[in-house]
Amino acid sequence: MNVLLDNLDLYGPFFLTTIELFLWSAVGSLILGTILAMLRVSPVLAFRAAGTTYVTLIRNTPLTLVFAFFVFAYPLLEIVKLSFFTAAVVALIVYTSAFICEVVRSGINTVPVGQAEAGRALGLTFGQILGQIVLPQALRSVAPPLISTLIALLKNTTIAAGFSVAEAGAIRSYLSERGDNQLIGLLWVALGFIILVAVLSLIQRSLEKRWSVAR
Amino acid sequence: MRIRTLAVGLLVGSLALTACGKEGTPSSPGGSSEGANAGAQLPQYTVASNVDLAGSPVFAKIKAAGKLTLGAKDDQPGLGKKDPTSGKFAGFDIEIAKLVAASLGFGEDKITFKTVDSGAREQAIVNGDVDYYVGTYTINDKRKAQISFAGPYFEAGQDLLVRKDETTITGPETLKGKKVCSVTGSTPIQRVREQNLTEPGNIVEFQKYSQCVEKLSTKEVDAVTTDDAILKGFASEDSDSFKVVGKTFSKEPYGIGLKKDDKVLRDKINDTLQKALDDGTWQKIYDATLGKSGSAAQKPTLQKY
Repeated sequence: MNVLLDNLDLYGPFFLTTIELFLWSAVGSLILGTILAMLRVSPVLAFRAAGTTYVTLIRNTPLTLVFAFFVFAYPLLEIVKLSFFTAAVVALIVYTSAFICEVVRSGINTVPVGQAEAGRALGLTFGQILGQIVLPQALRSVAPPLISTLIALLKNTTIAAGFSVAEAGAIRSYLSERGDNQLIGLLWVALGFIILVAVLSLIQRSLEKRWSVAR
Repeated sequence: MRIRTLAVGLLVGSLALTACGKEGTPSSPGGSSEGANAGAQLPQYTVASNVDLAGSPVFAKIKAAGKLTLGAKDDQPGLGKKDPTSGKFAGFDIEIAKLVAASLGFGEDKITFKTVDSGAREQAIVNGDVDYYVGTYTINDKRKAQISFAGPYFEAGQDLLVRKDETTITGPETLKGKKVCSVTGSTPIQRVREQNLTEPGNIVEFQKYSQCVEKLSTKEVDAVTTDDAILKGFASEDSDSFKVVGKTFSKEPYGIGLKKDDKVLRDKINDTLQKALDDGTWQKIYDATLGKSGSAAQKPTLQKY
């Protein structure tokens, strides 16, 4: 308990940064991931190819490499200057959206083909079919894997500690320099993550209940 | 089939790109250390025989194993640096580690150096992963609650490393509005944060000092802060690009970290260090390592607690 109370100035703001990092990247990767999923089911070959390439490439790259790219290599290209926090958010979005894309795509596959065909028979465009018929149902059926991906994202935020973002993952190094017991300190960090994940799990359960579709 | 060819092409292309980025990143000092070794020679240590430290659990373990596993840093030129090609460690801390090992009856060939980063030092000592640790390890009371220290064998102080053409940064009070870099959670960066030396948004933290120095050379940070000993090492590696401001604003006595309450071993190491300080061995080690930066050494006074 002492380790926690003596270092509240660390735990408070650092966990807040973790949450901030998570929220921005979650929103970003949900959007980019859905766009990627749309590309992957699109009738245009070039779009499908682009989507597939992205997913194959990013899903096979370790997250630390993605981070290292945005923090050490990207600034050398001198495009837009990113703060370390923004760079971390971008890295997390780039990485997580590949996984979100696959989750959404598996959801799209659960929607019977007949519905899309019915939509086409009514004269709806591809965008209308996807946006108004398929995606709403797809997202409903994938609440559990979607939240699982977000939980993974939450824990992945700790990698940002090595790239100049002061979040929960950095607490251990701070404690070590302050001379506090790191093992006990890490238990508190773990507890913090358990609480955050519990919140996500609750959201998942309520979404599952609310979104359940009778088929 | 065309999709597959395209995908493979893109994959190979981007892999090549990332590889290029990686190759360009480390500012590897390579040969400079060899050229610097021309001056002072490192002393030879006489390996003691028939050493017996009754009542020291660590020594009993070392003796049974017949070899030493020592914790050190591998990225601090002049102090503890691993040569990427030969895998050999060199520097002031490494020599101190060898000196102590010799007094315990173990020659250089019986030592395995293990890289332990700052954040993991106490745990490595407590768990017995290393027999003792020599790597810019500041003695302080909170750490003393978990482990014991022999020494100090060196006294450093927090300082700033800046680009050679930098004129606006002359000391800690001139850091406002400047980007300051150090290792994640390290004491120097905690001091900068607590004393508000610069704005929180200007604090940059990486895993290693070398990454900070690289960012300093690309002008993404304006100063790297940590102990002057470490900074002098970097400055002497590339004296055309960097300089040390030279106004220390803290006292960092470096000690040898070992298992708590192994008083027998701690006394033995303290005796060894005292002897080296008295008979000039310490000075020789300094001249052949950190002394190459051109700054004079101040002998520390041992804390015998």
